[in-house]
Amino acid sequence: MSELLELSVAEAAAGIAAREISTGEYFEAWHAAALGDELNAYLWQVEEGNGYEVREGPLKGIPVAVKDIFCTEGSPTTAGSRILEGYLPPYTATAVRRLDAAGARVLGKTNMDEFAMGSSNENSAYGPVLNPWDRKRVPGGSSGGSAAVVAGGLAPCAIGTDTGGSIRQPASLCGIVGLKPTYGAISRYGMIAFASSLDQCGPLTRDVTDAALLLAALQGRDPCDSTSVGIEGGIVAPSRESLEGLRFGVPAELARDEIDAGVREVFEATLTRIEDLGGEIAAVALPSAEHGISAYYVIAPAEASSNLARYDGVRYGMRSESGGDLLEMYETTRAEGFGPEVKRRIMLGTYALSSGYYEAYYGQAQKVRTRIAADFDTAFAGVDFVVTPTSPSVAFGLGEKTDDPLSMYLNDFFTVPMSLAGIPAISIPAGLAEPPGGGARLPVGFQIAAPAFGEQKLLEAAYALEREIGFEARSGSDDG
Amino acid sequence: MIDRDQVLHVARLARLRLSEEEVETMTGELSGILDHVDRIGRLDLEGVEPTSHVVELENVLRPDEPRPSLPREVALAPAPDPHEGAFRAPSPQADA
Repeated sequence: MSELLELSVAEAAAGIAAREISTGEYFEAWHAAALGDELNAYLWQVEEGNGYEVREGPLKGIPVAVKDIFCTEGSPTTAGSRILEGYLPPYTATAVRRLDAAGARVLGKTNMDEFAMGSSNENSAYGPVLNPWDRKRVPGGSSGGSAAVVAGGLAPCAIGTDTGGSIRQPASLCGIVGLKPTYGAISRYGMIAFASSLDQCGPLTRDVTDAALLLAALQGRDPCDSTSVGIEGGIVAPSRESLEGLRFGVPAELARDEIDAGVREVFEATLTRIEDLGGEIAAVALPSAEHGISAYYVIAPAEASSNLARYDGVRYGMRSESGGDLLEMYETTRAEGFGPEVKRRIMLGTYALSSGYYEAYYGQAQKVRTRIAADFDTAFAGVDFVVTPTSPSVAFGLGEKTDDPLSMYLNDFFTVPMSLAGIPAISIPAGLAEPPGGGARLPVGFQIAAPAFGEQKLLEAAYALEREIGFEARSGSDDG
Repeated sequence: MIDRDQVLHVARLARLRLSEEEVETMTGELSGILDHVDRIGRLDLEGVEPTSHVVELENVLRPDEPRPSLPREVALAPAPDPHEGAFRAPSPQADA
């Protein structure tokens, strides 16, 4: 049984296609593993059902863990919030339907920061997820549950969502691969909205090949989401072994002091590996990227305050039992249903959109967004990719940053600019580093960003680099 | 900077009832975040076009064909208080 769990998704899919692996046995092995969750990573797990019919397709018989932000018909969907406790959606998100159509099967729904707002998974109404590498540390967020199940051997692969880094940062902190595709590559239909102009679905996997396999199934135009366009030509398994002829840009502005020494070391060693593979390193300028966090923490809360207006205790979710008139019911329901971070962002967004402040905040932030996108356009005229560390630090301790929302926000420094520009970016595990203050070494992610809809080229480069790095360590297996 | 009265005003706009303690922490936290965010207010961005959407799309249309919608009982099932085929909510006036 345990040998089945060692296989990558691509290996298992090949074994299933060749009839060397039974889909029932494979699913059962993963189901048993998922039931052993000690990380608080799952909020719901599928019941072992004999009536399930396995569909033919490239993901035939592959179990997938799904972030609890995707609506799944008849199965609980909470988005990590008390306000949606007990909610059973009447329909299924397109991303999940596409996985299903490719033969995959939902294994469970994963824990997350409430409404995807957070970088540590400590904002879940259902308790924090523990990092499988060190259970006293956070897995990152907001897709912390999806990252932890893959890193902790509780699922072969998962999907999550990324608004400002919510796939890439937890992937980095848990030592797995996380891909945020171009905005518009995958349908957002049935994906509970946080910031609609930024939200994007993507895979969290053990390796780059598995990320490609999932993206191939997920991407595509959807009549139910007019902003979805898909990826022209689709996605195939990457096979590139050399980086000859490719230029990797390192933004000068991102060489900041805030980066942990250990993270910096791994980042620089990875640049050397790129050169070993024939790639070229060049300096690029992203002068507006330093304003990314400010622009992001205006735009995302503003859009969230509007999107979350729908939770009013009338059509779905909980309603406060404290009585009163309609207005009182709205106010008490939202007060009881939302957690502190969600309230903070609703307040921030409402303020930024309120009369007299709109231009100074939201209007100005949208202009910064234009500048950041233009910076990337200029950079990509001279290089194929832009590379950075994914996160300035390795996984931090539970409770370490909860008292200081701003320091938590600054953690998204490297991932937010790509989100604002709408371009694809992948985080791959690049090595291990000792946390500041000492302790067992923890994973460090390396982020590669490409021009819009450049996913295939991005996956090819990540694949070549992944082979060179040979990151083999699994959570719990590193003894120094 | 944001003061206590502004916090209460914004909370009313957002239909959020804040406890006395929340008003206090929110005033401090929001002020700290706004101080940081205010940096972009000082940038000269005269003439820069705002970006509201990163992918250029125009007139995304599909054929206007009737399709089945959610049956009424399915749409009402997740509601906290469905009543006679509708969503029931408290009266806008307490004593009505």
